[in-house]
This record gives sequence, C-alpha cells and structure tokens, in this order.
Amino acid sequence: MSNIVVDKSKVPWWVSNVIVPLVNLTLALLVSGLFVFIAGENPIEAVKLIIYGSFGYIQGFAYTLYYTTNFIFTGLAFAVAFHCRLFNIGGEGQAYIGGLGVFLVAINLSFLPVPIVWLLAIFGAFLFGAAWAYIPAYLQSKRGSHVVITTIMFNFIASSLMIFLLVDVIRDTNQMAPHTVKLPEEIWLPSFEAFSGILGIKIRYSPLNLTFLLAIASLFFVWFLVWKTKWGYEMRAVGHNTQAAIYAGISPHKNIIIAMCISGGLAGLLGVNEILGVSHKIQAGFPAGYGFTGIAVALMGRNHPIGILPAAFLFGILYQGGSEVTFEMPNITRYMFVAVQGLIILFSGALENLFRPQIESFFVRRLNREVNA
Amino acid sequence: MVSPILELTDINKSFGHVQANKNINLKINKGTIHGIIGENGAGKSTLMSIVFGLYQANSGSIKINGKEINLRSPRDSIINGIGMVHQHFMLVENFTVLENIILGFEGETVFGEKLQKAKEDLEKLCQTYNFNIDLDATISDLSVGFRQRVEILKSLYRGAEILILDEPTGVLTPQEVDELFKILRSLKDEGKTIVLITHKLIEIMDLTSEVSVMRQGEMVGHTKTEDTSKEQLAEMMVGRSVLLRVDKKEIKKGETIFKVNNLSVKDDLDVTRVKDVNLEICSGEILGIAGVTGNGQTELLEALSGIRKVESGSIELFGEKISDQNNFLNPRMLKEKGLAHVPEDRQRMGLISDFKAHENLIFGYHDQEPYSKSAILNNKEITEYSNKVMQEYDVRPNSPNLITSNFSGGNQQKIILSRELNENPKVLLVGQPTRGVDIGAIEFIHQRLIDMRDKGAAILLASVELDEILSLSDRIIVMFDGKIVGEKENKNVTDRELGLLMAGVA
Repeated sequence: MSNIVVDKSKVPWWVSNVIVPLVNLTLALLVSGLFVFIAGENPIEAVKLIIYGSFGYIQGFAYTLYYTTNFIFTGLAFAVAFHCRLFNIGGEGQAYIGGLGVFLVAINLSFLPVPIVWLLAIFGAFLFGAAWAYIPAYLQSKRGSHVVITTIMFNFIASSLMIFLLVDVIRDTNQMAPHTVKLPEEIWLPSFEAFSGILGIKIRYSPLNLTFLLAIASLFFVWFLVWKTKWGYEMRAVGHNTQAAIYAGISPHKNIIIAMCISGGLAGLLGVNEILGVSHKIQAGFPAGYGFTGIAVALMGRNHPIGILPAAFLFGILYQGGSEVTFEMPNITRYMFVAVQGLIILFSGALENLFRPQIESFFVRRLNREVNA
Repeated sequence: MVSPILELTDINKSFGHVQANKNINLKINKGTIHGIIGENGAGKSTLMSIVFGLYQANSGSIKINGKEINLRSPRDSIINGIGMVHQHFMLVENFTVLENIILGFEGETVFGEKLQKAKEDLEKLCQTYNFNIDLDATISDLSVGFRQRVEILKSLYRGAEILILDEPTGVLTPQEVDELFKILRSLKDEGKTIVLITHKLIEIMDLTSEVSVMRQGEMVGHTKTEDTSKEQLAEMMVGRSVLLRVDKKEIKKGETIFKVNNLSVKDDLDVTRVKDVNLEICSGEILGIAGVTGNGQTELLEALSGIRKVESGSIELFGEKISDQNNFLNPRMLKEKGLAHVPEDRQRMGLISDFKAHENLIFGYHDQEPYSKSAILNNKEITEYSNKVMQEYDVRPNSPNLITSNFSGGNQQKIILSRELNENPKVLLVGQPTRGVDIGAIEFIHQRLIDMRDKGAAILLASVELDEILSLSDRIIVMFDGKIVGEKENKNVTDRELGLLMAGVA
C-alpha cells in the first residue's frame, strides 16, 4: 500500500488539471491499443485512421464538431448538477424529452418569423429537459429519494413515453416507422454546407449546424452561472457543505431543484442539434447514448467548461475517427469504440486517483528542489 | 500489597500540536469501580481510547496484571480482557442482539452448533447479571438503555475483565441510569473491574470507590471516593488556573433588545434538548452561557439563529417576535435584521472549507450589495473588501484566493469573525469562539468581542471554557440538562460555584 500524503496547497494547478488527466487518458489509449492489437489489427494504423477520419478532410472534421456539440451539452448538464453534488445520470432521458419540446414548439409555431421560432424552440428544449429533471429533483429535495436512482428510472420512463408518443400520437401517419413528420424546411437551422458554400468550399453533406455556436455559448453560460452569480455560489455552497448552507440561510431544497433543472435543460438542448439541425424530425432513440457519454466528458473535463470543451472534442474525435476505423478495419467493430470510451471513463473517472498522489508528490518535490537550489 | 489489574505509566499522546495526555499515571485495582472525572476536553476519552487500543500512545507503558502489554488495536485489548462501551454505540441497527454480539467472533462459516452454544452462554450471562434482554430482538427496536446493555453484554461475552464506560449516562433517562447502576454493581460483585468516565459528580459519589481527576490533559489527583466531597472534586476538576483577564470598561447597559420566552427545542433525534429557557440580553452586555458540552447550548444557539425549529415558546428581537413554533425567520432574514451568528463548529457550519477565503468572507451576505447586484457577484468589490478585512483581522496568510482549508484553525475563525462582525450586528450569538485557536488569536478574538459590546451590541456567548466566560461576560447563566440552573452577575463569582452548577450539583 502506498500512502503518499500530498500537501494540496503546494500542487500547481496545471499538474492536477492538465498533467493528471493527460496521463490517465494516455493510459486508457494504451490499453485500447492493446485491445486493437489483440483483435488482430495494427494499433498505429488505427490511430492514423482516427486522426485522418476526424481531421483529414473537411467533411470528417465537420462530423467531429457535430459530435462535439452533443457532448458539450450533455457534459455541461452533468457538471452543473455535480457542482451541487448531484449525480444527474438522467441526461439521456432529459435530452429525449428536450427533443419533444423542440419539435412541438417548432411545428406548432412555424408560422412565426424564423429566428423567433429558433429562439422559442431552444427555449422549449430547455424547458422540457428541465421539467423532466424537476421530478427527480423534487423527489430528492422533499422526499430524499436518491437522484441517481430516480434519474436512471426516468431515462426508462422517458424512453417508453417517447415510444408511445411516436407510435400512437405524433407518428407521421403516412408510414409505419416510429418517427414524426419533418419540420418545414424554412425553419431548419442552417447547416455547415450553407456556410461553406459562402466560403467557397464544396462539401456534400454534414450534420454540423448552427447549434455548435449555441454549445459554445452554453459553455460561457455555465461558467458565468457557476462562478459569477449568486445562484452558482449558493449551488456550490449546498454541494460542498449543506449544513453550512443552512447556517447561511441558503435553502438546500431550492438549490437542488435549480441545479437539476438547469442540468436537465442543458441536456434538453441536445434536441436542438438533433431535431432542428440534423434530422428535422423526432426519431425513436435519437439521444443514442450521448447523455451517458456526457458523464465521462464532464468527469474528464473536471466539471469545468474549460475542461469540458477539450473533453467533448476528444470524444467527438473518437466517435468520428472510430467510425472511420470500423469501415477500414473489418476486425474492429463499433463496439470496440464503446469499450474505448469505457476505458476512458475507467481511467479518468473511477481510477482517477490511481496515479494522482504519485504525480502530484513528484512535482511538489521537484518544484521544491528548484526553489531550494 | 496487591498489584493493580491495570497500570498506566507516563502515558503521553498528542494530536498535532495539541497534547491530549501528559505523563499520565494511573492504577486501577481489581474488583473496583474506578471513576475518571474531568471537564470536556480534559483527555479522559483519549486516555481510555489508548487503553482500548484505538489510539497508540506516543510514549509510556501499559501493564495488565503486572505484565507489560502492547496494544495495537482493539482486538489486542479484547484478547487482554479489556472491553469498552462507547458514548456512541457500535451496533448494527438491523441485526439482532445475538448477531451483533457474535459479530467478528462467529467462529464458523455456516451458523450451527457454535451459534447455539453462543446463545446458551449469553443466556447464562444475562441471568447472572439480570440483563433481561431478548437475544432475538432487532437492535432498532430497542431503547437506548437496552442498546447500552447489549454493548456491555458484548464486552462480557468477549471475556472482558476490565470494562470501560465512556459517559454512559449521557443518553439515558433517570430510570435507565438506575438500572445501569444496578448492573454495574452486580458486575463489580462478580469481581469485574469497571472504569467509569464521566463529568457528572453525582455518579462518581454514587457508584465509585476510587476516583481520578483529569484537567487539561493531566492527571491532577487520585483519591478514595469516601475521602472526598463533590465540592472538592469540582474544585480539582475546574482548577484555579490564572484567568486571561481582558481589559473591560464598566458596563453601559442599554435597553433589552433580545428576549427568549419559555423556549423549548428538540434535536434531530427528537429529544428535547432545550427546556423552557427564558433569557434577556441588553444592548452593551455580554451574557455568558456556561455549561458542559451537550447540555443544550448547541440547540439553543441554533434555534436563536434560525437554523433549528422552535418547539414551543418564542424569541423576540427589538420587541418583534422573530420565531415561535409556527413560523420562524431564516438565518438570512435575521442577518438583515442585525443578528449575526458565529457558530460553534466552524468546519461543519461556519465555513465551506473547499471555498476560497474571499468566498467564505461573503458567506451569508453574498446576496447583499455591494457583493452582488441583481444576482451577479461583484468580484472587484469582494476582493477589495476581502483584502481590507483580512488585513484588519490580521488573517494569515493574507491571500483571499487561497482555499480556506489551508488556513490554520485560528485564522479560519478570524475569517468567520470578520465576516460576522463587519456588518456591526445589533445582536451577536457566539459559540465556542476560541475552540482550537492559539493564544495570540484568543486575545485578539476576545478584544473584538469586547469592542462590539462597547459599541452597544447585545452578545450571547456560549463556551465550555470557564475562563472565557468569566473574563468576558457581564452576566452568566449556567445550563444543565437543557435548563438554566443558575444566573449570576459576574462579580465575585468563583469558578467553583459555576463548576458545581455545571455539574448539576448545586
């Protein structure tokens, strides 16, 4: 048993926030490489394919950013709740219901001027996602039902509810598949093709759309909310020390509900990307696991917008580059990349403290020596 | 001469800079009930935890029956015949009595013969000592008194010859105390040795044959119980240490601004901890609450500051009712009305240790101008203010961006104090202002409190340090068992008088 005690105040911020996550990530990738090797493919070639697939050509890069958009929303969603020490793993369900919000607003109000429809649809996504998170939040704050349990259950409930709606209520009745009609084309969010046309680049198709900018704005929003407003201050106070919060007259109930609703709302914004930006209709199962991967994104990004952006981008690379690999390497299946994600979660989440004490004490000793010398 | 069953020689133990036990010598004779008495924080529990192997002494030796032994863990102590009943019981709530007792000593993988054997042995033990316990009852169904018996039975079953009880009556009703004492006497008659840790003089006089007194980590006396009196013990317990007197102007008493009428308060376990308390504080006055920890001071302060619900009675500020059993103002509203609160436990309540110092300096005032305007925190103002007060209160290091847990206890306390005093409150509730604070900071904190008083604030000061109460207060009330058992003007009051009141004797 190693028992290294590190004086936290002496650890430079870049060691705990940059070096340690990088080491963990590298380890995860090394182990993943081993898997690729066992599967009978060359890991170096796989890495090359990933890099080519996600950066090598403009369309691939657009895909990478499209995935990044989704991960930013779900990563932020998890992070906001986590600052109030709530483990919101219901991002998946909240995103699903958020999609319903986008669609209902957009289809019913499509007669309004286009930018207003967009704004209202974004608002609808946030509101529906928040409402779906409100119920577990209420149960947690008033009844003490643990939010981890209830949000998991609400993922299943959301899924069943949406299937029911997609089959029996809002299905496009001209066909049999569980999806709705398409939204009128005028209100689709402009995609990257439109912009690239202006810039003189021609690409066939990309799912990247204006929502990417909304995601970047959300990063700023979360940073501002959590560190610059009294609401964020109170949420963090409740998260760190509920007793002290009560002493200061800060209501834990209120803040649990606010944190969860903002969290759910952010997850709901995924619906804007998917429905207003890409498929223009609700398809069964469109959140496709982004909600869960968002947990890993937030953990890797240490729940800070500045960390979440690169983490989301990394997962975007893995998604896009990964699909490239599965095309080119027959022995590597889609599921291999689920395993890679799992390894990243394992190393940067569960095993986060595996090397942290060693790395931190190494740097503390080195830096002290420099000071003394 | 018979050699003692337990002998401690020159035991030293320190936690960081605090020396909890200094050169302790203690002899305990077989077949006696030996009392160890002292104020809270005198080092009684630490000493007994060393004997039970929970802590290791820094130096010194422990002998049992004349043989030196090395106690590295409670298991070693149990093997050597030492059992301990803690203040807080170590029982698995949803297990039965039997399951709890054999826990860790099952002796077989699949329950069968040995369990049966254990049950028979326990039944015999129960009969011998009149325990009257149903071995198949679930712990959560048992009253506190019975749970304690289970703990005693557990120790006996594991072969304890020496039984240590840490404040055993703190949680019991008077009837349960009687029952417990009966059991303890019958154990003594069977030749067991009992060590009773307490701060209640009555119990010592009632039960023990020998008594040792501890004060501030030192053993200050051993005596036979029959040769001493409550008064003498109280004097030894409280001591006559030189007071840290603070320069204090003559009181300029103003009108009554804070009033408590027939207040009763319950704790989280629904036990009434404050019973029918009445008090008044005038502007320009410090009212001290003396008392041994756990006699309702915590709950009283929490109720007065709006953290805890009032069970019955009412609280008035400037003649306006601020809380009764139906409604109460929350701490933030009270702060706006000029009531500040320095809580007893700074780690648990007063601060968020993961926050930066400047974030803690606005804690509770964060939504007031100039710290925030329409919900947005004003960083410039906060930093300016933080720099200013940290200098004024000499908080070291003077860096508002440092995480609070990196400050020493005294400096953390200064952070809280500067925050609470900065708004010039009309009423100030203060709990244990100098607990775990070094001497320099103590003087500073005391001076600040006196300054507040001279400026006309009404201050309620709860402290377990008698010195502190005596040197700061204008008037002193003593709490015992949730009630106010005495009130004195702070003129010619002796610590002995207070000590007796605190112990519930006078």
